[in-house]
Amino acid sequence: MTAASRPVPAFARALPGGPTVGAVVALVVLIAVNAIFTPNFATASNAWNILWQVSSVVLVAVGMTLVIATAGIDLSVGSVMAIAGAVVATHIGLGTPVALLLALIAGGAVGLVNGTLIARGAIQPIVVTLATLIAGRGLAQVLSNDGQLVSVRDATLEVLGRGRLGPVPIPVIVAAVVVIVAMIVLRATPFGRYVLAAGGNPEAARLAGVPVRRTVITVYALCALLAALAGVLEAARLGASDAAKIGLNIELDAIAATVVGGTALTGGRATILGTVVGALVMQVIATSFNMLFIPYAWSLVLKAAIIVVAVYFQRPKLV
Amino acid sequence: MEGIVKRFAGVTALDGVHFELRAGEVHALVGENGAGKSTLIRIMTGAYRRDAGEMFLEGAPVSFASPAAAQAAGIIAVHQEIHLLVHRTVAENIWLAREPRRWGLVDWPRMFRDTASLLLDLGIDIDPRATLGTLRTAQRQMVAIARGVSLGAKVLVLDEPTSSLAEREVALLYGLIRRLKQQGTAVVYISHRFDELFTICDRVTVLRDGRHVATRPIAGLERLDLVCLMLGKSREALAAGATAFTEHAERPADETPLLRASALRRGRKLQGVSIQVKRGEVVGLAGLLGSGRTETARAIFGADPPEQGDITIKGQPFEPRSPSAAIAAHIAFVTEDRKAEGIIPDMSVRDNLTLAALPALTRLGIVDRARQRQLVDEYMRRFGIKAASADQKIRELSGGNQQKVLLARWLCTRPELLIVDEPTRGIDIGARREIQTLIDELAAAGLGVLMISSDLEELVEGSSRVIVLRDGRDVAELGREALSQDAIVHAMASGSATAPAEGAPPA
Repeated sequence: MTAASRPVPAFARALPGGPTVGAVVALVVLIAVNAIFTPNFATASNAWNILWQVSSVVLVAVGMTLVIATAGIDLSVGSVMAIAGAVVATHIGLGTPVALLLALIAGGAVGLVNGTLIARGAIQPIVVTLATLIAGRGLAQVLSNDGQLVSVRDATLEVLGRGRLGPVPIPVIVAAVVVIVAMIVLRATPFGRYVLAAGGNPEAARLAGVPVRRTVITVYALCALLAALAGVLEAARLGASDAAKIGLNIELDAIAATVVGGTALTGGRATILGTVVGALVMQVIATSFNMLFIPYAWSLVLKAAIIVVAVYFQRPKLV
Repeated sequence: MEGIVKRFAGVTALDGVHFELRAGEVHALVGENGAGKSTLIRIMTGAYRRDAGEMFLEGAPVSFASPAAAQAAGIIAVHQEIHLLVHRTVAENIWLAREPRRWGLVDWPRMFRDTASLLLDLGIDIDPRATLGTLRTAQRQMVAIARGVSLGAKVLVLDEPTSSLAEREVALLYGLIRRLKQQGTAVVYISHRFDELFTICDRVTVLRDGRHVATRPIAGLERLDLVCLMLGKSREALAAGATAFTEHAERPADETPLLRASALRRGRKLQGVSIQVKRGEVVGLAGLLGSGRTETARAIFGADPPEQGDITIKGQPFEPRSPSAAIAAHIAFVTEDRKAEGIIPDMSVRDNLTLAALPALTRLGIVDRARQRQLVDEYMRRFGIKAASADQKIRELSGGNQQKVLLARWLCTRPELLIVDEPTRGIDIGARREIQTLIDELAAAGLGVLMISSDLEELVEGSSRVIVLRDGRDVAELGREALSQDAIVHAMASGSATAPAEGAPPA
């Protein structure tokens, strides 16, 4: 008898795995409609193509989902991608493993700064990560000789970015592994429970012995680490680091995927699978509009409409 | 209200309830959690629609589509959590959305004038220009009531109005209620505290399991009868006394106390509190609001570490740096404010119950589901936690069941010292007795319990000793033989168990 029970619309109800009915229905309808009306849509190669294109958004959005579960937000992910891309391109001379490691460390460091300022400095996440969004993009351009395109020729990177295992692009495999690990972490580890507890009621969590600050810092570090991984894959795919372009506006796609999938911006609830569905919805729209020669701008309008509908059904209950 | 029926997804929450309220009376609405009080109030105030039945206001049938419609008709609810704007002034809050205007602009002088005369009328001494956030809870509540009066309230619903008030503030609230009564306003008064019902109310309606049980005048009604009506038990079935504690035997003195805290200080709220708790003992911590009871508990638990003072646990020095440190030292703390500091609302009963025990349940970085389920099942059965399943979200449970989950959360960590802050506040009588019995059993099993309570009956019947705090200091200790409600009140007021404190005038 506590909260007023406004009937939850069928759309916003969560399926056992976490994603909302609405997101899954939207994805199924989009795929079905496209399979019928869009030439060459229902082909294996197009399917792998869509998955390939969505993989970097998925990597970033998984981290974003964890951050949003703590009632936070991370706007700096695109800049972190650019930094990681720049680091790997400019340090490839040290050997591929070292360059990859340095890129991930550089990205993760940005996350540690974010998390520390948010958890210890008690500054609002949107402000902190807006600052690192701006600074990070600048840093990435400084790293790559004042924003020039740095091309990178490396066999390992080429495989990472463009290679396939059978028909499956390597970035898709990387994203799939990250998704599965993230699902296990969120569901079955104490850390996963702490993320949801810290987002649901931080004071109660602290009094129950949950290391709230450490959890928040870890979440931002993980988010940045995943963004760095996405940045490396993106640079590998392009065969170059473009500090001005890599990861531009990806924070918006990642937030949209998270929200459309059923993770609440108010924290305390999260679904990794939902985020994947959300990202796929967005990607299918973009790809099919492209294949149908509809101007790109219209796909932005449709995406926006879907985001508004998703958030509308998740709005806080009124008493 | 006649034959009101309300169902939620097939569950009948109200089954043919009738309720009659006369102008100028204070009518208590009582019942255990789940009896249907809140549902009835929500229907009365337009938050829910009824499924059947009729409602009349001044003889005319009414039906409210929204709280706004009920408000327009003069039925106004003042909720436990007061819905006001903390950054705005008293006057702005009272006239919100109805600001007096002049040429389309807000007429500030008139708004302040009208507020001043309204508050004067009600005998409320608050500055209309004060920012709401600077006021105490009691004053905010009065502002909320004043707003109701200014809306032309014929019926005022007060839901647990005293739950966060100090004794002196309660007296002020009573004064206001009596004044409203004289003006012909009807008041529906919901409270779990019997003292209040018998002091301020004229009649009482008892609900149980969604049904109307009885409506009686308060005068001439015995407390025990009221308890019987609420619980649906006969007088004989109830042991004497309203609490469920059994008489405490004097326990053999343990050589080293479990907890010894001396001269704890922190800011203005804690100015030197010393406490000892032995195994098997329930030590009551009494004091008025602001006397430092909760602050003492938070200091010992490391939630707000003390700035000065020493704590030893089983003779070993202990530094309460953080709640995790306290948990590692086998201290548990059931907080007073379940909603803000206890439950994680969107998490399941299972996750809430095992939150503090997760490290112990983890194997190779993964939570051991089987052991978790076993633990949850065990506590749900042992405590009689009523939930659809362990997967149900805790916010959907009643207050009493939430409290049991929180107690279970701490017992999972195998504590040696259990600190409970107002363990039965806002909880229905049935769950209250269960929780009191449980605290008793835990002490009997060798735990040391430190129990903070505002309920004097609970303190007297439940404690082996009571320590009384006043203005951040411990001023008296009452052993079993000296323990009585009178003695506690005396100590709270005068600062010592027997004689007035040196110099300090009674509050």
